[in-house]
Amino acid sequence: MPQDKMRASDGPTPDGLIAWNAHGELEVLIFDLGGETFALEATLVQEILDLLPETFIPGAPALVSHVVNFRGKIVPVADLRLAFGMEPTPPSADSRIVVIELELAGEATLLGLRTDHVHEVATLRQATSEAVPTVGIGWRRDHVRSLIRWKDDLVVLPDLAAILVPAMGAAATRQ
Amino acid sequence: MNGEDPAAAFRVEAGELLEQVEQGLLDLGHRLDDMGLVNAVFRGLHTLKGSGAMFGFDALAAFTHHCESAFDRVRKGDVRATPELVDVILSAGDHMRALVDGDAPAAEGQAILARLAAAVDAAAGGGASTPTVSTKRGWTLSFRLPPDAMANGTNPLALLDELRELGEATIVARVDDVPSLGECNPAHCLIGWDCTLIGDISKDAIEDVFLFVMDDMDITITPLTVEDAAPVAEAIVEEVIPTAEPVAANDAATRTARTQGENVRVPAERLDELMDRVGELVIAQSRLSQLAAHGHDLSLRSVSEEIERLTGEMRDTMMILRMVPVSTLFGRFRRLIHDLAIETGKAIELVTDGETTEVDKTVIERLFDPLVHIIRNSCDHGLETAEARLAAGKPASGVIRLSAHQAGGEVLITITDDGRGIDRERVRAKAEANGLIQPGQAMSDDELLGLIFHPGFSTAAQVTNLSGRGVGMDVVKRTIESLRGSIDVKSVDGRGSIITLRIPLTLAIIEGLLVRVGEGRYVIPLAAVEECLELSLEDDLRSRGRSLITLRDTLVPFVRLREMFATGTRPDPFQKIVVVATGRERVGLVVDQIVGNHQTVIKSLSAFHRGAASFSGATILGDGSVALILDVAQLVAMAQPQEEMLRAAG
Repeated sequence: MPQDKMRASDGPTPDGLIAWNAHGELEVLIFDLGGETFALEATLVQEILDLLPETFIPGAPALVSHVVNFRGKIVPVADLRLAFGMEPTPPSADSRIVVIELELAGEATLLGLRTDHVHEVATLRQATSEAVPTVGIGWRRDHVRSLIRWKDDLVVLPDLAAILVPAMGAAATRQ
Repeated sequence: MNGEDPAAAFRVEAGELLEQVEQGLLDLGHRLDDMGLVNAVFRGLHTLKGSGAMFGFDALAAFTHHCESAFDRVRKGDVRATPELVDVILSAGDHMRALVDGDAPAAEGQAILARLAAAVDAAAGGGASTPTVSTKRGWTLSFRLPPDAMANGTNPLALLDELRELGEATIVARVDDVPSLGECNPAHCLIGWDCTLIGDISKDAIEDVFLFVMDDMDITITPLTVEDAAPVAEAIVEEVIPTAEPVAANDAATRTARTQGENVRVPAERLDELMDRVGELVIAQSRLSQLAAHGHDLSLRSVSEEIERLTGEMRDTMMILRMVPVSTLFGRFRRLIHDLAIETGKAIELVTDGETTEVDKTVIERLFDPLVHIIRNSCDHGLETAEARLAAGKPASGVIRLSAHQAGGEVLITITDDGRGIDRERVRAKAEANGLIQPGQAMSDDELLGLIFHPGFSTAAQVTNLSGRGVGMDVVKRTIESLRGSIDVKSVDGRGSIITLRIPLTLAIIEGLLVRVGEGRYVIPLAAVEECLELSLEDDLRSRGRSLITLRDTLVPFVRLREMFATGTRPDPFQKIVVVATGRERVGLVVDQIVGNHQTVIKSLSAFHRGAASFSGATILGDGSVALILDVAQLVAMAQPQEEMLRAAG
């Protein structure tokens, strides 16, 4: 995964932030969160964990308020629901933490993402991707790189850098 | 080390060589006629040139060649070592570093070479009285014994000894005809020798040495002419230095060779990785021993105990691996002092002791900048000029003393100068001018001296190149505190100042007190804990108005961590207060339960949580969950304004 594709987006140029391969395809991990279907580049994914005991960090940004022990490393856990205005729900038997590694603000960062249900690794096609509509969605447009058709569903490809980097900034300015 | 960039490996090696050369030069600056040092510097330069050329650093090799040649002349007694020469080579060393990094301005190199030539000329002029090799008479001989010489009872070593008895002999082995080991016949003499004999020796005397083997051997004996004497002999010697160095070898050389043989170079990241693995192992092991303790399987329990012992030992060994002597740190300041002496025009001497004290590598690295600041300050503000010192009845040259020693789990580093001491009146005036204190405000001596660590504080009337920009001492304090250390100043007017840094030996592991606040568990570094007591119901109720307890007649403010961390749980009926201290400030932390002691492998928090100022890191507990480590200095600082507000109100 070329890391430069993960930089914070400046405007509605979603395709520029997605590393489609030569055939216009993208391998992704598909998961559910707050009733929506999301996808993330499979190359980012390190591991899918059953629920672990999480530790709350007082004073941390709400988006990334907990940490877990991932093989001896302290890894922050992000709840993307907050970035999409969804209600937090208690974990269920299907809940998993997807551990990803990506570059945020020039720093290679390990991060756990809360998910309600992990489906499968699938191949998305560029031909079925759609620009984020200006009306009809309740989320911040810069949090979404693209909407892509998959089976009968429309999956959201979130812009993790746009969502997470401000949380790092918030932490830095509070110092 | 497969796949490692050879150029990168060379850069590391070159860095170390230059370090050695620099240390040698600095020593030489004090003992100009120590030939051992001259040789050491020469060898360093020579190796640098050789490996530089090998790895394609041609500019470096060419530049180093000039310095090496200059030093070669010193080595031969042709040129005297002078302070100027040492100085030029020191700056040449800086240029070589830049060449290694590939960002050296060519003009600088030219300028240094010009200065070098001037320094060598000046030194050579003064060195005419030194007897040189070229004024003597002698012979050069080149000989090779017949292959069966040893089988016939000739001992080549005895021949060489006889040659040495004739006069001053420089003997170098010619090994170019020695075949590979497989083809080598151990009974054959395959080595030839080149020899320079200095002295009033007749040709017959030389031939007498070879009397019994003369007929079968190849030998050429030529008289040594005055002009070519030195070049021939030295050229021969130089040729062999990279491989064998049998002639020039002295104690120092063999010593370094020996220590090099026993050391392994490991990149620091790999050590860190290993450290992480050991940390995980410790955690896995404590889970295993919990399981074993709950089960009834005796054999499992004995294996678990065995593993507990082994992991403990492994962790201790791991800690030792990360320790480096502070001499690696102190050594770097000799150059700083040398440069500062030139910049300030003061005579400054650096004295170090306790260099063998060992400290964690990360600590050493992070101590460098703060120490630079402190030393610069001491040289710039502390030490007086030579005239002022003499007038005050002190020796002309100021002394900066750096010392280190271990005390328990801490290392104490003191920086002492014998200068004028900190001018308390000026500190006070400056602090008043900056609005840090009220005019005429009463404060203890410690508090007054502590003002120099205040951000934006600087007493230097003039901003100099060295210090006095008002950034420095506060940064020093912050850095030391981020190492979980503390800093303390003492000063006597006219006698000098002592700055003491207390630093934990390692950042990787701390002893901690595990406490519970609400449902969360937290670790308080044990070094900061003064005492634990129960929060009495009386204090608890009264503290709605003021969060203060009386502890042996002093008021100590306290912070309810449950409120601070917004746990949203009901307090335990018997809450405890853990009294922690940084320096002179104390604060009580109210917790729900004290769980116990816990040895902690410290992990850093991600960028998302570094802003959560109350925590310095996190650790993994025996059950695999994460506990946060409290940053006591921050908590105390956060509690202070509260206390001041109360004081103002009361």
